[in-house]
Amino acid sequence: MQVEYISAVNVVLGVLSRFWPVWIALVIVMGASFAYKKKLALYGQLFDSGVGIVGVGICLFWLFTAIFAATISPFDPLAQVPIMKDVLPGGIEPQSGLVYLFGGDKLARDVFSRMVYGSQIVLIIAPAATGFALMVGITLGLPAGYYGGKIDTVLSFLANLVLAFPVILLFYLLVTPGIMDTPIPYALAGVFFLFPIIFFSVLFWTRYKNRPDRIYILLGLTLVIGGWIYVGLVFDRDPLHIVHIDPNQLNIFVAVVFASSPGVFRIVRGLVMDIKTRDYVAAAQTRGESPWYIMLWEILPNARGPLIVDACLRIGYTTILLGTLGYFGLGLAPESPDWGTAIKDASRLLRSFIHPALPPTIALMSFVLGLNLLADSLREQSMKD
Amino acid sequence: MLSFVIRRLGTMALTMLCLTMIVFFLINLEPNLKKLAISQTEMHTSAEQLEGWLANHGYRQNFFVRYGQWLGVLPKQPVTDPTTGKPAQRFTFCNDPVVPTFSGVLEGDFGCSTKFKATVASKLFPALGATGILMFWVLAVMVPISLLIGILAGMREGSRTDRVLSVASIASTATPEYVSGVIFTVIFASWLGWLNGSAASASQGITFYNFTLPVMTLAIYGIGYIARMTRASMVEVMTQQYIRTARLKGLSFGSVVVKHALRNALIAPFTVIMLQFPWLLTGVVIVEVMFRYQGFGYTLVEAAGNNDIDLLLGCSLVSVFIVLITQLISDVGYAFLNPRIRVQ
Repeated sequence: MQVEYISAVNVVLGVLSRFWPVWIALVIVMGASFAYKKKLALYGQLFDSGVGIVGVGICLFWLFTAIFAATISPFDPLAQVPIMKDVLPGGIEPQSGLVYLFGGDKLARDVFSRMVYGSQIVLIIAPAATGFALMVGITLGLPAGYYGGKIDTVLSFLANLVLAFPVILLFYLLVTPGIMDTPIPYALAGVFFLFPIIFFSVLFWTRYKNRPDRIYILLGLTLVIGGWIYVGLVFDRDPLHIVHIDPNQLNIFVAVVFASSPGVFRIVRGLVMDIKTRDYVAAAQTRGESPWYIMLWEILPNARGPLIVDACLRIGYTTILLGTLGYFGLGLAPESPDWGTAIKDASRLLRSFIHPALPPTIALMSFVLGLNLLADSLREQSMKD
Repeated sequence: MLSFVIRRLGTMALTMLCLTMIVFFLINLEPNLKKLAISQTEMHTSAEQLEGWLANHGYRQNFFVRYGQWLGVLPKQPVTDPTTGKPAQRFTFCNDPVVPTFSGVLEGDFGCSTKFKATVASKLFPALGATGILMFWVLAVMVPISLLIGILAGMREGSRTDRVLSVASIASTATPEYVSGVIFTVIFASWLGWLNGSAASASQGITFYNFTLPVMTLAIYGIGYIARMTRASMVEVMTQQYIRTARLKGLSFGSVVVKHALRNALIAPFTVIMLQFPWLLTGVVIVEVMFRYQGFGYTLVEAAGNNDIDLLLGCSLVSVFIVLITQLISDVGYAFLNPRIRVQ
């Protein structure tokens, strides 16, 4: 049986129309942002420059693609239709009459659907891992910068130790299938996932410790929600069976947090050492505020500008790291539709077929580019103030 | 200055000791040893035979004893041949000692590669040489281009050239090696046919045809970053008083940039280029695997994939050493280049 094709123009139109939920959502969000730009503080200022608009647009595009992945993609990312093996872009699948818009890969799966579903994996793991890395880096960087001395020496030495590891070697050691049989990933996860709980508990305690009406509610909420997620992620024993993570995804998650938190630590430490010399910190010290209050409520809010910029860049960098993991076939399942794995599979066969390689590469590049543009324009806007 | 360098070297030695111990621990985890035993014995061996192989080859000694042996502070013991009961070589293909000898990294013995059936030194150093050639060309391409882009962009902040070059460098930092490698291969090897998509033949002789793609791929990711740092440093220098003075003196813009701004603007990028080495290391691994170039990165992946303990330890020792030594050079060089910074 011969596969029929649609023309190149129809492929482009087909792709554009497939993304319809994304376009609608983009128009709504961008329109609303433009209309209320004056009231949206830093986010609103992004819309003053072309670079900022493009950055926000690209990031939102991939965000909505991940959200509406099931509607956008015509096929299941793992479904194999034997006749569509290595089919060129625009081939029509005979049974359903739907089109393989970007062609089929060597296992006869739809490249377009895989690219769309791949965005889900990236957009869940990368921001979440960055969030945890930020928590770890901030919680350790604040005391290191504020107190200095022995704490700083020890923590900085540990951070430099991790930073001296070439990332690729770290991944080869930490994300092997064998390591899941040992308690190491779970122990690391247990340590890392503790930091958000510590962070928020201390945050609320320092501020509201004299106001029993607030403190018990806030602390209770932190401990219940934090503990619930903690039990679900680290021990996979969520009583409600909502929070769940695959062991190999946990492994990746831990490795990525481990690799990027020393970077956050260094930035936070440097910022704190700069900010602690300011007058408002001296004022708070004279008022007799506790050190952790000063760190969390005086210094941290004033360090937010550079931290937001760094977070944007770091999500992009984490995306690149995830791609590296996929490219070396570490951690993620071999059939997983994430972009790195897709690039690995396709790049082995570049001599015969190039069409499965291009969609994931361009997807990954555009997402990281969007984040970098966003970070660049945020930096420029925050410098103007 | 001297005491600063000595103190840094001390920290470096301590860091290397800690890191190699961590690596040693992670490589010698039980599942990894099992895998090694399975790959080194014949098919369908029983669990006892695997255990026997591990015990026979000294993998069941105390962790610290083995680490000490690898480091060279404890003597390496020969194994006992199970059939004759006499001391025998651990691995026959490496000339391991038959009498207890101090033979570790400190004595210059990097151990024995189980995958390649050869000494680690005979595999690692040729590979390092090959990667050195690659790195030389990458730096030769990357440094001039990125400095030029950075200076042109930072010369007149906010101009059209600045905007275009800045966006271009942001785009280049958003393109990791495995992305640019695929795109370049598609364009230059598949469509145009100008270049070779594989650098496997580069071990015999480097030509423009087989070596351009790896060098290009590796350089592109670093160019954007160094260019942006150079731009930032250039922008800062151009707002200084002495630049305005030079302009008011009636010097042309070109000669102000070349004679007054450039020297001061290049101090920061030097540090950045030095700190770029650890990043290049990851890139080297990706590029060498992608283009099948038999260098350090390729060896590292082979060692990690096959659980080759000594080879992987050698690789990590080298890479950690490179990272730390470049940090040291960047610190010392910064103090050396910038007279305003004096080390206490």
